[in-house]
Amino acid sequence: VNDALLVVVIAQGIVYGTPLLYGALGELLAERSGVLNLGVEGMMLVGAVMGFWAVQRFHVTTSVALLAAVGVAAFAGAAIAAIHAFLVITLRANQIVSGLAITIFAGVAGLSSYLGNDLDLAKSPARHQFQEVFPKSWQDLPVVGPIVFGQSILVYASWVCVLLVALYLSRTRPGLNVRAVGDSPAAADAMGLNVSAYRYAHTLVGGAFAGVAGATFSLSITPQWIAGLTAGAGWIAIALVVFSFWRPTLCLVGAYLFGAFSSLPFVLQARDYSWAPPPELSQSLPYLMTIVALVLVSSRAARLRFGAPAALGRPYVREER
Amino acid sequence: VIRIERRLDQPRWLSLVVPVVSIAVAFLFATIVLLATHHPPLQTFRRLFQAAFLDNGALTETIVSATPLAFTGLCAAVAFRMNLFNIGGEGQLYAGAITGATVGLLVGGAPSPVVIVAMMLAGAAGGALLAAIPGVLRAFFSTSEIIVSLMLNYVVALIIDYLIFGSHSYLRDSSGFEASVFPQGKTLPDSATWPSWTIQGLVIPLGALVAVGVAFAVWFLYARTRFGFEVQVIGDSARAGRYAGMRTRRKIVAVMCLSGAIAGLGGASQDGDFRHQLDPRGLTQANYGYTGIVVAALARYNPFAVLLVAFLLGGLQNAGYTLQGADFPNGLVGVIQGLLLFCVLGGELFIRYRVRIERRRSPVTEAA
Repeated sequence: VNDALLVVVIAQGIVYGTPLLYGALGELLAERSGVLNLGVEGMMLVGAVMGFWAVQRFHVTTSVALLAAVGVAAFAGAAIAAIHAFLVITLRANQIVSGLAITIFAGVAGLSSYLGNDLDLAKSPARHQFQEVFPKSWQDLPVVGPIVFGQSILVYASWVCVLLVALYLSRTRPGLNVRAVGDSPAAADAMGLNVSAYRYAHTLVGGAFAGVAGATFSLSITPQWIAGLTAGAGWIAIALVVFSFWRPTLCLVGAYLFGAFSSLPFVLQARDYSWAPPPELSQSLPYLMTIVALVLVSSRAARLRFGAPAALGRPYVREER
Repeated sequence: VIRIERRLDQPRWLSLVVPVVSIAVAFLFATIVLLATHHPPLQTFRRLFQAAFLDNGALTETIVSATPLAFTGLCAAVAFRMNLFNIGGEGQLYAGAITGATVGLLVGGAPSPVVIVAMMLAGAAGGALLAAIPGVLRAFFSTSEIIVSLMLNYVVALIIDYLIFGSHSYLRDSSGFEASVFPQGKTLPDSATWPSWTIQGLVIPLGALVAVGVAFAVWFLYARTRFGFEVQVIGDSARAGRYAGMRTRRKIVAVMCLSGAIAGLGGASQDGDFRHQLDPRGLTQANYGYTGIVVAALARYNPFAVLLVAFLLGGLQNAGYTLQGADFPNGLVGVIQGLLLFCVLGGELFIRYRVRIERRRSPVTEAA
């Protein structure tokens, strides 16, 4: 049963969906506070390269090295996000252009490749990587084995993150405040909230999530450093936020759906079906489906006016509100 | 306390001084990056500058790099002016390269000028058709053109790969043993080679002149025609445009097609001027489309400034290729481009706003 195509695609969809999920959760937090950050791809790549560096350089036991690597990746992602935050919150720059600048600065032809070359990371496989946590006998259970018990700790941690973000936004005081900041910064300001501080904090946390998403690639999926290894996952994560209507739980569903599309070419290639389409076609599926899904929700969302934080992408200037 | 207040009038000297200072600050940051990674900054910059502009034949190579950047920069500038963020210049350039090469092979028997014009038209049409997808989706379904145009970049890159590596298409060279081991595009006939002119050792390809022509056309369109005026009104406020009776949806599609057509023309110029075949690896590794966004943003969407910035960044990119090696940090070019963009973006604040540092009133005076 566990070799059935559907089971494999779902299990692999969760693997490939996990970086999308982390990236989308981070972007969701930033967007809920009103900051659109199109730099996810760049932040992911820097997180990937720095996380990989940490694993290669810290000579400690596997679990400590991996934990440290995730920490380093999160910090690196947040550091890149800080540039965006400073430009758009303090200096009131255009959020779209600044986000694109982040991706160009940190992306394939920029800082991530610079660091990868300079730290000489490209040649070797990861010294430690994330493994399945549950015993082999559990993983052999039919259907639930590979899907639920065959995953690495990063997957289970992402489920906790979804729950925490969902509870944070709907059940806690600061979470509700963030939504106020994103929907009506002027009202939030009048309530005595520090709009800039909220936006800074959530943009940075969003960057940290993107960094972890990158580390998921370089320490679990690939697991090595290849320049540009995310191949557009950051952009799919941004699109995911749109078609999950800015809700963390829907992000989970969307991420696994797109994870399944992303994993399909690898699964088909490994199995060598005679009916398989050319690999280029199955590789383009996640991108094409992103467009299709985006069209479906954007017309609907436009009609229902439901979803996007009202002040998304707009700088808040107290004197000019 | 630091206070930021809007300037009532913007002195002219500021719009000159601020960009210059921004660029200086960007290089200061680049210095820090180099120092932090143990590279000698001054020597690195000097080598960059020499390889870009001074060395023998460097200027010719810089124009080779600058020509596609001028096209993709104009592509981005045309759309960004209307607040349409077409970041699909990359894919639209590939699309133009595909259609341009196809037509070049198809009509190769015709006289050279006919072939060249046909390639230009085909390239522009290919880019425009691809850009029409995000344009129509944006106009009629209010789908984010940013994500759609970006996703299409990946799709077209895969299509190019399929045409040359994954199938036995018309564009793939299928003659001889070598071609079956190392797949590559079919070489275009001589009639499809675009002319170039040599002035004192400096080679100017036809594509570079076409780019200059396009810049003039874009300037004329936006500064002197009704269409351009309406586009800018809609860009500033779509609602105001609609109330004034402008057809906003048509304008969105038209501007996206125009933007894509310019990038597609750049793709055709890649075939005709430089590569003489459909060259998947060369095109997809060059990042012309993404760098074009940097060019447009640094030029503040002014078509003539795009030409100048494309020349400068082309030099940077050319130097990056020339110096690529063990002792020259790879990826530095992208880092410098990103830093330039950050600093120029951040610097705009100082044109629009005044920053005042006031001393915090001491508690004594406050009590009194």
